[in-house]
Amino acid sequence: MFEPFYISFKLASITVLILFIIALPLSWYLSQTKSKIKPFLEALTALPIVLPPSVLGFYILAALSQNSALGAFFKETFDISLVFNFTSLVIASCFYSLPFMVQPLQSGFESLNTKMLEASYIAGKSKLQTLLFVALPNIKPALITAIIITFAHTVGEFGVVLMVGGSIPGETKVASVAIYEMVEIMDYKGAHIYSAIMLGMSFVVLLAVYTFNAKHKEKFGL
Amino acid sequence: MIKIDILKKLHGASGKMDLQVSLNIKEGEFIALTGASGSGKTTLLRILAGLEDAEGKIEVANSTWLNNTKSLSPQKRSIGFMHQVSALFDNMNVLENLLFIQKDKNLALRLLSITGLIELQNRYPKTLSGGQKQRLSLCRAMMRKPQLLLLDEPLSALDAQMRSKLQEEILMLHREFNTTTVMVSHDPSEIYKLSTRTITLENAKVIKDGNTKEVLLKMQGSQKFSFEGELLELKKVDIVVIAIVAIGQQLVEVVLSRQEASAFKVGQRVILGTKAFSPTISHPSL
Repeated sequence: MFEPFYISFKLASITVLILFIIALPLSWYLSQTKSKIKPFLEALTALPIVLPPSVLGFYILAALSQNSALGAFFKETFDISLVFNFTSLVIASCFYSLPFMVQPLQSGFESLNTKMLEASYIAGKSKLQTLLFVALPNIKPALITAIIITFAHTVGEFGVVLMVGGSIPGETKVASVAIYEMVEIMDYKGAHIYSAIMLGMSFVVLLAVYTFNAKHKEKFGL
Repeated sequence: MIKIDILKKLHGASGKMDLQVSLNIKEGEFIALTGASGSGKTTLLRILAGLEDAEGKIEVANSTWLNNTKSLSPQKRSIGFMHQVSALFDNMNVLENLLFIQKDKNLALRLLSITGLIELQNRYPKTLSGGQKQRLSLCRAMMRKPQLLLLDEPLSALDAQMRSKLQEEILMLHREFNTTTVMVSHDPSEIYKLSTRTITLENAKVIKDGNTKEVLLKMQGSQKFSFEGELLELKKVDIVVIAIVAIGQQLVEVVLSRQEASAFKVGQRVILGTKAFSPTISHPSL
C-alpha cells in the first residue's frame, strides 16, 4: 500500500547522494571562479527551475530513448533500457533537482570570509583540504538546506517523473504519481491519505531545516 | 636574507600606478610598513604571501618564491599572516585552530601560554573577545614557524590598552622565535616599540627606508617638541582666535592672533609645537 512512498524516498535518497557528489565541486568552482564562463554555467544550472517539467521530461526522453545514440548504445552494449524504469527516474531527478543542491551550496561558499580560506592556503592546506575541513563545516546551514530541499523537491516532483518513468507499479510509480492516479479513478479516500502524508512530512522537514538553522546561528554566529 | 624586487600594476583610487618595491630584508628583522591608505601596503603583503601575482623576484633564504618563470603558491611559501580583523576557523575551537595548521601540540600549548589563552583552549572563536581573537590569530600565524611573518594592521581594531598588551606579546614572540616580520601600522608608538626599520610607501613607491628611531624622531625645523593633529575649529574670541586641535584622542586649545589664524583652514593637518619653553612631562590625571 505504501510502496509508492518507498519508491519516492529511495529515488530521493539516491538523487541526493549523486547530486551532492556532482554539486560539491561545481558549486565550489562557481563560488571561487572569476572566469567568464561562470554566468553560462550558472544559467545552465538554473534552467530546471524555470523550464516546464514537460520540456525537461521531453528532452530527457529524447536523449535517453532507444532512438537516440546514447539510448541505443546502452541497449546494445549492456541491454539496459534508459527509459521507463527506475534508472531513468534517477537520471531525470538529477537534472530536475540540480539547482536545488548547487545554489544553496554556492551561496554558502560565497558568504564565507575569503580571508579564512586564504589563511588555510597560507597554512599549506590544499584546495581540497580547505574545502573539506574549513569551507564545508562553516556552511552547515547551507549544506543542510541543500540536502533537505533537494530531497523534498525530488519527492515532490511529478511531471518529469511521469514523462520519463511512466507509472509502473513497484518500479516508477512514486507517491505524487500515485495520488494523480487515485484522483483520476476517483479514489478520493486514498488520495486524501496520501496527500495528508505528503503535506505532513513536507512541513516537518521544512520545520526541521529552519529550526536547525536558527539554532546553528545562535551557537556559531554563522 | 630576503630579496624582493617586484612590480605590479595597481588600479588605485587615484588612477593607475605601478607598485614598485625593491628591498633586502635581513633575517630576524622587524620591519614596519607605513604610508597613507591606498599606497600599496596590503598589496605588497599579499604579493609576498603569494595571494596576488606580480612580476619580478622574491627570494627567501635559499629558495625562490617568485621569478620570471615560476610563482610558488601560498601553500608552498613559509608564511604567517595576520589580518586586522580575525579570520579564524569558526568551526574549530582555539586549540584546533592551531593544530589544523600543524599537528604540534607542544608548540600550540606554548604559544597559547605566551599569549594567555591556555585557559580558553576549548572555546570557539565566536565566544572570544576582539583581543583574544587577535591573540589567537597571532598564534595561528606562528604555528608554521614561518620564515616570514606578515602582520596587516594587526592591532588597529583594538582599544589602546589591549593594543599595548598585544604589542608586548608580539615582541615576546619575536624575541623567542626571531621570525623575520613585516608589519603594516599607522601607529607611531607601535612602530617605535616593535620595529627596527621603517619603510614608508607613497603612491606605491618606497619614499623612506631607515632605522625606525631616525625616521620617527626626525624633527621639523628647530622645534624640540611637536605633535601632528587635525584642526577642528577656529573660534573667534575678542581679538584673538582659539584653535581647537585634535591630537590622538586629546583636544588641545591654542591661542592665535587673527593674522596667524588666517593662514589655517578647519580640517587641515597641523603641527603643534613649542620652541621657547622647555616642556615638562607629567602623569596624565586619571
